[in-house]
Amino acid sequence: MEISELIRVSFISLSANKMRSILTMLGVVIGVAAVVAMISIGEGAKGLITKSIEGMGTNLLFVMAGQQKVGMGGHGMGSSQTLLLEDCDAITPATCPAVSLVAPEISKGASVKSSNKNTMTQIVGTNHLYPVVRNTNVAKGSFFTHVDVLIQRKVAVIGSTVVDNLFPNLEPVGKEMTINRIPFTIIGVLETKGQSGFTNVDDQILIPVTTFQKRVFGLNYLRNINVQVRSQDDMDLAQTQIENLLRKRHRITDPDNDDFTVRKQTDMLNRMNDITSAFTLLLGGIACISLLVGGIGIMNIMLVSVTERTREIGLRKALGATKFDVLTQFLIESIVLCVTGGIVGILCGIGMSYAISYIGNWNTSVSTNSILLSFGFSFGVGLFFGIYPANKASNLNCVEALRYE
Amino acid sequence: MENEQSEIIKITNLMKIYDTGKIKVHALNGVDLTISSNELVAIMGPSGSGKTTMMNVLGCLDLPTKGEYFLDGSNVAKLSENDLAAIRNKKIGFVFQTFNLLARTSALKNVELPMVYAKVPAAEREARARAALESVGLGARMYHMPNELSGGQQQRVAIARALVTNPSIILADEPTGNLDSRSSEEILMIFQDLNAKGKTIIIVTHEPDVAQHCKRNVVFKDGRIIADKQVSERLNAAKVLENMPVAQWMENGNNGNK
Repeated sequence: MEISELIRVSFISLSANKMRSILTMLGVVIGVAAVVAMISIGEGAKGLITKSIEGMGTNLLFVMAGQQKVGMGGHGMGSSQTLLLEDCDAITPATCPAVSLVAPEISKGASVKSSNKNTMTQIVGTNHLYPVVRNTNVAKGSFFTHVDVLIQRKVAVIGSTVVDNLFPNLEPVGKEMTINRIPFTIIGVLETKGQSGFTNVDDQILIPVTTFQKRVFGLNYLRNINVQVRSQDDMDLAQTQIENLLRKRHRITDPDNDDFTVRKQTDMLNRMNDITSAFTLLLGGIACISLLVGGIGIMNIMLVSVTERTREIGLRKALGATKFDVLTQFLIESIVLCVTGGIVGILCGIGMSYAISYIGNWNTSVSTNSILLSFGFSFGVGLFFGIYPANKASNLNCVEALRYE
Repeated sequence: MENEQSEIIKITNLMKIYDTGKIKVHALNGVDLTISSNELVAIMGPSGSGKTTMMNVLGCLDLPTKGEYFLDGSNVAKLSENDLAAIRNKKIGFVFQTFNLLARTSALKNVELPMVYAKVPAAEREARARAALESVGLGARMYHMPNELSGGQQQRVAIARALVTNPSIILADEPTGNLDSRSSEEILMIFQDLNAKGKTIIIVTHEPDVAQHCKRNVVFKDGRIIADKQVSERLNAAKVLENMPVAQWMENGNNGNK
């Protein structure tokens, strides 16, 4: 029996019980829609994180305080106090030839007050090279200078969210504000970058690292050092040079005892991708369970259908249908049921992911892969859950089937 | 016809034993039967005589336990399941008591069905199905669904379906069992007509009246043939129809549809 004829016949028999077919299909529709929507959420998160890490700058190395062991369970990274501003100053093109620019970074949450409003935000201490290294531009006013850093001037460059919180509808540049009750002058506003992964880079205030350490928080350590490398090809070279320099400064002989970690931008990207992949897998896996339940529904209905159509099967066999003919007929029927459900489910899933990104304000991205995957999956469900009923049909005894009441 | 005397069916010492565990039922117990081409045979007998089993074996729906069955030269007692399906498809045309048409499928598509399994191209399939339906007088009802046809018309669709593969034999199991007397005569007339054109037809029936329309009667009892005779005063369905009072047809007309 040719395939077009098989598909035509299966549509006829499915439309004979429209309500039943639709309800059966619904299980697959919901399963496939859930898979598509969940994967799109995971993929959306991945895309967002990739974008934000790439948006940090180009050819970046991050030197972080504390040791980060291979794998995910590193403790202490960023919370150790082993990285000093002197370390940062020591990393120069003279000591590490592969390095071009260096910007230190330390951050802490603090309460910030304008004349009549206050808010909690992240205070970041850094130097004048930060905009270049981290690919961050000043939208209004200017960034602080090398001199500002040297003389610990109390000037601040603020993110757009801070502007909205402290100076709604006002021009912030030139205004005064206090950070932990210490007065600062606002000299610039950062360009809006938008939600970046799990942190909002617009909700921060940049001040000179020296001011941060000595005048506001009374610290002497850094969280990390952002290093821009001369070129993409020198990433590994720069990493080695920095590691050697810092080991010498910290008097470390065994690399296992490093009290710092040098991490490449691509490493971070890979690590975040691992996390989001696991996240996607988890969501997709949960959705697959509903697809499985839908598949069992298909099998159930196909078994009912085989019983109901025993005489038809007997007749077809009497007219010359082989076991294989009967088997394929019922298999195709369950595949048609699943694939139709799958197509509807894909459309619903795309709709759902748009709805989630619209209502939930969460980036989603429907990839061709997830569509192909769920289409293939629904085909597979049809095949897998169709085999048992189809096999049962093909093994019916011709004589008994013809006499079945 | 040419080959007037060629043997279409040759059965020797055929046994069919149903083993139910405790007892063995000899549904067929040593049957010898030869049917030549262009015969019109009625297989008769009371319930439990083995005629249904005989019909299943003749139709290659069931295999005999012992014995030999040559259909059109090939020994079907020894064939595999797939080969049997091919034999049923090409050499046998079935007509059932309950018509067994596919629901929600037009008369035309129903007649095409055996050719679908024979892998005949779609265009040829349709042309042959049309010709077969026209030959049973249903040219005007090709696109009707079975539930839009009367019992007699449904049975005629079934005959067209049996004819369309041009089989060696047509096997009819109580073809008039569900029909009123007028529709029965019409169906028998078609069979006689086909037989006159050279078709070999075997009708399984328990009605002596139906058997009287055939050329030869084979009577079964307890799994054996107890009588095998030529019919001397054969009924001509066309003549019977002519003489049938219209009133009787109207009286019985309602019984025939369901």
